[in-house]
Amino acid sequence: MSATAGPRASGGEQEANPLNILLESGDPAGSSGYEQHPPRMGFFTDTSLCIGCKACEVACKEWNAVPEDGLNWTGNSHDNSGGLGADTWRHVAFVEQRVAVGEHEPNFQHLPAAGGDGADGFRWLMASDVCKHCTHAACLDVCPTGAIFRTEFGTVVVQQDICNGCGYCVPACPYGVLDKREDDGRIFKCTLCYDRLGAGQEPACAKACPTDSIQFGELDELRARAAGRVEQLQQAGVVQARLYGESPDDGVGGDGAFFLLLDEPEAYGLPPDPIVTTRDLPRMWRNVGLAAGALLAGAVASFAGARR
Amino acid sequence: MSEAEVTRDGLQGVRPGREARTWSQRDAAAGSRDGRAGARRRRRGREDEFASYYGKPIINLPVWEERDIAGYLFAGGLAGASSILAAGGELSARPRLARRCKLCASAALGVSLAALVHDLGRPERFLNMLRVFKPTSPMSVGSWLLGAYGPLNAAATASDVLGVAPRAGSAASVGAGALGAGVASYTGALIANTAVPAWHAGHRELPFLFVGSAASAAGGFALLAAPAQESAPARRMAIVGSAAELVAERLMERRLGMVAQALHEGSAGKRLKAAKALTAGGALGAAALAPRSRLAAALSGAALLAGSALTRFGLFEAGMASARDPKYTVEPQRERLRERTQATAAT
Amino acid sequence: MSRLPSLSQWPVLRQLRGQDPLGRGAAVKSQATSALRARTADADRVVKSVCPYCAVGCAQNVYVKDGQVVQIEGDPDAPHSRGRLCPKGSATLQLTTGESRERFVLYRPPHGSDWQRMDLQTAMDMVADKFVKTRAEGWEWESEGKRTRRCMSIAALGGATLDNEENYLIKKFLTASGVVQIENQARVCHSSTVVGLGTSFGRGASSTLPGDLQNSDLIVLEGSNMAEAHPVAFQWVMEAKARGATVIHVDPHYSRTSALADMFVPLRAGSDIAFLGGVINHVLSNEADFREYVLAYTNAPTIVGEEFQDVGADGLFSGFDERKRGYDPSSWQYEDAFVAAAAGQRDQEGNIEALAGEDQGRDAEAARGQPKLDPTLQHPRCVWQILKRHYAPYTPEMVERVCGVPQELFAKVCRLFVENSGRERTTAFVHGVGWTQHTVGSQYIRAASVLQLLLGNMGRPGGGVMAMRGHASIQGSSDIPTLFDTLPGYIPMPHAHRHEDLDKFVAGTSARRGFWGNMRDYMVSLLNAWWGAAASAENDYCFDYLPRLTGSHSTYDTVMQQIAGTVKGYFLFGENPAVGSANTRMQRLGMSKLDWLVVRDFSLIESATWWKDGPEIESGEMRSEDIATEVFFFPAAAHIEKDGTFTNTQRMLQWHHKAQEPKDEQRSDLWFIYHLGKRIRERLAGSPDERDRPVLDLTWDYPTQGEQQDPDANAVLAEVNGCNAEGEMLSTYTELKDDGSTSCGCWIYCGCYAEGVNQTARRTPAREQNWTGGEWAWAWPANRRILYNRASADPQGRPWSERKALVWWDEQEKKWTGHDTPDFEADKPPEYRPAPDASGPAAIAGSTPFIMQADGRGWLYAPAGVADGPLPTHYEPQDSPVANSLYPECQRNPAREVYEHENNRYHPDPDEPGADAFPFVVTTYRLTEHFTAGGMSRWTPYLAELQPEFFCEVSPELADERGLQHAGWATLVSARGAVEARVMVTDRMTPLQIAGRTIHQIGLPFHWGANGYARGDSMNELSSMALDPSSHIQEVKALSVDIRPGRRPRGAARLALVSEYRRRAGITAQTGMKP
Repeated sequence: MSATAGPRASGGEQEANPLNILLESGDPAGSSGYEQHPPRMGFFTDTSLCIGCKACEVACKEWNAVPEDGLNWTGNSHDNSGGLGADTWRHVAFVEQRVAVGEHEPNFQHLPAAGGDGADGFRWLMASDVCKHCTHAACLDVCPTGAIFRTEFGTVVVQQDICNGCGYCVPACPYGVLDKREDDGRIFKCTLCYDRLGAGQEPACAKACPTDSIQFGELDELRARAAGRVEQLQQAGVVQARLYGESPDDGVGGDGAFFLLLDEPEAYGLPPDPIVTTRDLPRMWRNVGLAAGALLAGAVASFAGARR
Repeated sequence: MSEAEVTRDGLQGVRPGREARTWSQRDAAAGSRDGRAGARRRRRGREDEFASYYGKPIINLPVWEERDIAGYLFAGGLAGASSILAAGGELSARPRLARRCKLCASAALGVSLAALVHDLGRPERFLNMLRVFKPTSPMSVGSWLLGAYGPLNAAATASDVLGVAPRAGSAASVGAGALGAGVASYTGALIANTAVPAWHAGHRELPFLFVGSAASAAGGFALLAAPAQESAPARRMAIVGSAAELVAERLMERRLGMVAQALHEGSAGKRLKAAKALTAGGALGAAALAPRSRLAAALSGAALLAGSALTRFGLFEAGMASARDPKYTVEPQRERLRERTQATAAT
Repeated sequence: MSRLPSLSQWPVLRQLRGQDPLGRGAAVKSQATSALRARTADADRVVKSVCPYCAVGCAQNVYVKDGQVVQIEGDPDAPHSRGRLCPKGSATLQLTTGESRERFVLYRPPHGSDWQRMDLQTAMDMVADKFVKTRAEGWEWESEGKRTRRCMSIAALGGATLDNEENYLIKKFLTASGVVQIENQARVCHSSTVVGLGTSFGRGASSTLPGDLQNSDLIVLEGSNMAEAHPVAFQWVMEAKARGATVIHVDPHYSRTSALADMFVPLRAGSDIAFLGGVINHVLSNEADFREYVLAYTNAPTIVGEEFQDVGADGLFSGFDERKRGYDPSSWQYEDAFVAAAAGQRDQEGNIEALAGEDQGRDAEAARGQPKLDPTLQHPRCVWQILKRHYAPYTPEMVERVCGVPQELFAKVCRLFVENSGRERTTAFVHGVGWTQHTVGSQYIRAASVLQLLLGNMGRPGGGVMAMRGHASIQGSSDIPTLFDTLPGYIPMPHAHRHEDLDKFVAGTSARRGFWGNMRDYMVSLLNAWWGAAASAENDYCFDYLPRLTGSHSTYDTVMQQIAGTVKGYFLFGENPAVGSANTRMQRLGMSKLDWLVVRDFSLIESATWWKDGPEIESGEMRSEDIATEVFFFPAAAHIEKDGTFTNTQRMLQWHHKAQEPKDEQRSDLWFIYHLGKRIRERLAGSPDERDRPVLDLTWDYPTQGEQQDPDANAVLAEVNGCNAEGEMLSTYTELKDDGSTSCGCWIYCGCYAEGVNQTARRTPAREQNWTGGEWAWAWPANRRILYNRASADPQGRPWSERKALVWWDEQEKKWTGHDTPDFEADKPPEYRPAPDASGPAAIAGSTPFIMQADGRGWLYAPAGVADGPLPTHYEPQDSPVANSLYPECQRNPAREVYEHENNRYHPDPDEPGADAFPFVVTTYRLTEHFTAGGMSRWTPYLAELQPEFFCEVSPELADERGLQHAGWATLVSARGAVEARVMVTDRMTPLQIAGRTIHQIGLPFHWGANGYARGDSMNELSSMALDPSSHIQEVKALSVDIRPGRRPRGAARLALVSEYRRRAGITAQTGMKP
């Protein structure tokens, strides 16, 4: 398994696509009308450091006044938030894994380093998920009102004074980030603390994170740091360590918020090879045109051939 | 070996916490072993055939009301195609066909707009739809389209019913007919341009499927509502449309691969099966019986309308189902990755 | 835009004009978005504060706009927290400014069925009247012919969440009133740490700071769920990992801490002494100790008296008295020498009668001279040999048999210990309440202390014993104790003895050599601070004003006194015993017998409402109309609404500044106790009764501020710091005198206000100082951050290793220097040797680092101070399904404290019939998302939603065995009660192989109760009152229960179920009681 799980060739398909003007470049802020703009900012979430404390979830809610969304004990390990949505902008996933090796007699040897000598049959993964602030953001592309926009920091934000709750962005997101707040009608998601960035402050979640699992900074610097980290882990024998969403060549042009994972993305509830739906929009428009034409042609034919 | 040193000069070799190592580093075997097939989380009462996060969906489900949006897909298509028939009737001097189709289009359009506004989380902000023009957003394009099509259609209908400004009226109805084709087809892109597996995977066929469905619906309506001597073109259009719809759906199912399951199972499967039967039956009826019997024509028309509606509701539900089950998101993507790795391996 | 925008603002036009044709950025930005500003950027001011939750004491920045707090987040300058906060700390804005806090006083009349509003002043007057009346009725001049001068009818509980200044006034006023039953959370959390560390090293507090863990080569987390209970301190464990350290987690339960450890060692709850004993045995039998360190710095060479007898199969040391269920420790003393302990049992019946009574103490100590040493360690009665014999049975086989830890795994642990200790490397222990809350709690800590001394890890960088304490100021509430058995600075509270005066008290309770040799200075200065005007040499500085103890008056004894009807009035200061104390049922029964109860808290906790909705009301055992207790609820002010200091887990006092005024009738505890005291003094004014002199002579006039007249916390802290006759602030405790010329409210805090400057408010950013953070706030003693740091250098004063340098002797300067303030007389050279008759600090050689100890050495063997033996010994928990393999004739700690009451029944011995009724072991722990008894977190929605329900963690194997459904319900039953919990089936719980049979363990977080937003049953309905004899801490970390599928019965049926189990187990008043 290569160090970067980031799917590559999907970029190739883009070049092949003549109507790529619909996609932004690697400099999303620059191609969104900001001539002078700060460097692109983002998150690097290193899940190998996560202690599952959920400080990120709470710090986010405190800063952004996100409503508490109900008491629901799920029984899914320590995850009682469920997943990202209108009222959960940071979500900590808890994955309890038993490794299917050997028999499962009831004894200590199920436990990770307990056996030490290879008998480590159990591990507990924790990972803080968040909006990916994609380079090619489907939610932003499909938003019909301009409520969702690209900021000068290259992040993606929903403007609550504009959103009319059409809900198009919800199914457009390949990661399942955005959702409608039922009693409000509008769509909400992580803003990467746009207001704090404006004041030169780091996002609330990254600031709170006790173990620096959530790292905030200039995307380029984070990508370099992440590459070094994953290599270090690989060398130390954590062969499953891989980066997710860091590659500019992947189906969304790289995430502004990317991750270091210790297992397949889907084990954390992440899509293994997400693709921005608008990548195929040019072809869709073409077919929409052809279909409309066909309909008119069919109609003409229907009338032409009709005798009275 | 630990580098935790404090000399007389102070701390040495401090590295930030972010570089801490994980437990498994003690044991190089850990990671690799965990990578083996079947090395999956198991818990009583829950057995996953592939790694998922507690079987939860990966994408968030559309928040659209079925009645509103699936209803709009049908009504919008009906309106668009009806306007075309109306225009055709106008130009080929079939006034009763034209008028009934205009009325149908206006009614369907009214229903569509009502449904669209009703589905908004903040209906009072529906005008924000015209705040920007975004070619990347079928909904934005559609809004502008409806913005132009609506008035034309209204004008055409008004002039016809009230009998005022006939020339402008027919111009309007021709314009409405032209735009109607767009209204009938853009909805294919509308739902395809999402991460919903069953919808996105069908993005090539959906526009054709939808115009076909629209044509058969409009044709069906005309068969039902227009006098036999004027409904011949509608009949043909219905037959051609139905054929197109069925063919497109077949092609789409083939392209969908495993995702096609979503079109066959559950209520989506039932609806689509019924839709096919009604559409095919309606088309056959229209072809074989309609010319001879007014009743048969009416029944065929009704069947076609129902078939078209069920197609839209069926596809809507299929999309929901494909969004609900993570396997529809994960497995095709996994497949894509496998192919890609093989491709890179090959080169 | 329901209204149309002005055309120029129309984004479509901006699209056409601008750089953003597709309308995805600049063109569509709205005016509101452009106007967006961060509220942290607009704040009027930023107030420096400290998180009110756990004892890591994370520094907070409080942002204030228009007099209202608008945001609270971490202070990046802080060396210990570096600006980070856990979920609880991150939720303090909602905690303090949210809707869940009460804002008005509530009153429940006798037999009332609901609350009534009552205005603050009336309530204060009523409480003052009741205090005076109850005090008079419950007054006691004498007990068994000994003068006690006390009031047994009033008690108080709480203080760990309060400021030091508040605890100081509470202790000061209640003690002056004759109240002795003053307790707080420190009793039930870490009192055993104080005994364990205090007797071993001289001070009963953490020897190091979390930040120093980054210097460890090996970190052993045992009895601590650090990543969950102290997430922000855990960052230093991650730093250590980053530098290559190994982290081991030894625990019955695989927690988030285990997930981050390099190695997880599951063991049976309650077997840690056997485990640690095994490691000690490994070190001793392989001579793997750091021998030079051991010889020079520990009492390994010291020879013990002939009378001492080690434990045999009967599990008893010499001196056990069956009748008193306790030891006479005199036979444990060194040969021909007498040493007093620096902590623990220092003023007991028996030995003190002998010493103080006949005035021998120090003279005896002096006469008998220095303890004898055998540097060859060959003498059969030297501590080394005794230790070797004592731990010989703790073999790897025995460890596997008792703990369930397989031998190869145990061998790996031992290897890591040895590899990472000694001259070049250091190992640190981190423990929490997983170790302290046992009937042998003090001995758990002692066992770790013994190991750290043998391996030479004390006082060195990356070494030590890191006690992780749980409340914002629980260390402070131990230092300035709202505890019955100590006075400020760990001066023992005097017991009732015949003809005792100040000198005899000092002689009888303190060592003559070392810094406790100056106890008279500390004591006189304290009495002076309290009764300055009245205190004089003639009247022994009012020593007689102090009420006297007769045995234990711990919170559990208080509960028994409530039930017995002796205690009539009770104060609860931010503590929730109806959820957080062992056997909550007994707690509520006790409160139901009170005349009056005062509850001060944020919200209506279970301890405030038991009379209307407690479990006993639901079961029909109690009816509100029958309960005569008057209840007063006073809404408390939050940390952002008052000035004051918290003392965190690293002994660091941090000042937090007031950011906003408390609302409506919310008041600080400082306000409450001060104004209550004033009212009481007014009522007693002019009283001729000798009983009232201590109250009237008390110094009780502090400047007040604001319209609420809050006392000035600065003035209180200044009194705590102390001053000389001229009123100048003292800068260190060595300036204290015993001639009445100095006053000091807490000698170990002397210097926190040096030069009249509030040293606890210092906030030098981390980047401007070294890693010890010595210029951030102030730590006791004398701002030393790592205790006993002289031990980081060899006897000649050179660092043991250049890669482990902390403090060293500077030959040129002729003084000790280094990264930290030396924990040693700065100019005492390594070669200094005391004269034989020297006393006090002068009696400590330049080569012995433990300056509080009578012999300057770390105690491997404790000749005094620990009630249940000089050496840690494995006994089974009070309720255990497993027989004691090491000492078959002695199942439990023979000296433990047990209470005979129908609602506090114990479980049978494993070999008794009916024992199988409770076959499973329960271990309890905290979750990151909640805080102890939940009084703060369960009412905070952002935290409640993260862990909304009480659950039990069970292994798949146990789930199969008992038919428990994942995410279903289970009922847990003990002889005390029955609770229901959601079922979490998880591989994190592992069945253990114990002595050939499978033992299942069940994990229970203990945060829930019937009130608040997130609700559930309380684990403590199951636990029993069985205590550690040295510290009176309860055993709640290991007990036995039964578990069955489904929800528990409601109403009376719940009791029926419990009595059914008692019947089946054949439980009687004698069960589990025998020593």
